[in-house]
Amino acid sequence: MLPNDQLTLLAALPYSFEEFIRPHFPEKSALTPCVLTTLQLNIGRRCNQSCRPCHVGASPARTETMNRETMDACLQVIAEVDEIKTVDITGGAPEMNDNFSYLVKACKNLGKHVIDRCNLTILQEPGYEHIASFLAEQGVEIMASLPYFRKSYTDRQRGAGVFDKSIRALQKLNRLGYGTTLPLNLIYNPSGIYLSSSQQQLESEFKNHLKQNYGIEFNHLYCINNLPLDGFLQVLLKLDKLAPYMDMLKTSFNPCTLDGLMCRYQLSVSYDGYLYDCDFNQMLDLKIVPAPHIREFSHDRIMSRKIRTMNHCFGCTAGSGSSCGGELVK
Amino acid sequence: MKSYYEPDDLQKFSTITRVNKPLGDKYFSYYNSVMKAGALSEREKALIALAVAHALRCPYCIDAYTRICIEKGSDEEQMNEAVHVAGAMAAGITLVHSVQMMNKIDDTII
Repeated sequence: MLPNDQLTLLAALPYSFEEFIRPHFPEKSALTPCVLTTLQLNIGRRCNQSCRPCHVGASPARTETMNRETMDACLQVIAEVDEIKTVDITGGAPEMNDNFSYLVKACKNLGKHVIDRCNLTILQEPGYEHIASFLAEQGVEIMASLPYFRKSYTDRQRGAGVFDKSIRALQKLNRLGYGTTLPLNLIYNPSGIYLSSSQQQLESEFKNHLKQNYGIEFNHLYCINNLPLDGFLQVLLKLDKLAPYMDMLKTSFNPCTLDGLMCRYQLSVSYDGYLYDCDFNQMLDLKIVPAPHIREFSHDRIMSRKIRTMNHCFGCTAGSGSSCGGELVK
Repeated sequence: MKSYYEPDDLQKFSTITRVNKPLGDKYFSYYNSVMKAGALSEREKALIALAVAHALRCPYCIDAYTRICIEKGSDEEQMNEAVHVAGAMAAGITLVHSVQMMNKIDDTII
């Protein structure tokens, strides 16, 4: 779905996120950055899976990928800005970028914490079997998507056979020390038109079931709400559920989430080097203003900007909140 | 009133405290305590509630607890089994009364 079409749909709703947050930020009347601790790099839209609700619209057919030159521009910023402690690598399936190993090694050499957002099944694909060992050697934190601890919802959302492959990948990661000596976290997002239950409650269910049935251990479960973008937005439109879903998000608006919103602590870089407040804004092509490209990076200007918000942002402020690191308030 | 059961009425449940507020408050406090995780998880308790909702044929509760069961991490197969438990219990409760019927037959027919 084209960014402009998505923006038109979101703008047509009879309320605006900006009105909800304005009273909480009287000085600038907008969300503002706190500290830039994380640079999230979306290094390509190519993926070995085609999931229905993917907000990136990733699939095996996509060809967009971050080249070495753009990666080096990112690495320069990562090296220069001491307060960037974490590099969060995502996609698509980021492991499918030919320069993935180069990027990980370079970030580790700079002493940064590295996160790989992994769909798990890629670790089982021919040509990528070495990736799990590589990640373990480099001490990379893995954030792995697993929609559910049983086959039913996982395969329905991600495609037939994804659950079994994911389980084998998790067992492989456990054998390498992930879940015990190396950090392995799972990412959960609701398989439909509802908000997730509490992170603590679902983590306990995931841990019990995965341990009991498959001997799998992991550190934490992070719950992320579905934002009304791309694949998920199309599903909502098809079912005529956009208005009720948005009403639910709006009704669940929780101002306590505002302090922890990920856009206040990170920047998202697209495969072609443009800068965004988050991965979701990237999908809507809402570039930051000013200095929209990594080559023009200026820390001062980045920190004095206004964060660009729209009605999709209700997804991050609903209930206990939602971010790349899970819920925002306990 | 278009129907005896209006979906929107579920949102008005808390207004039952309009009169006898202390009693209503006690009920909601009791309900909230019961549904918290204890020896049973919140997910397991929600499945029991779903089965009871079917047994007592409450459309409000079926609506609410189907959603809650999904949110807590149950899938359709598990929810379906919970409803079968309710169904099997209801059938058993009917059938076990036939012992009373048979006792009466044996008392009556020579």
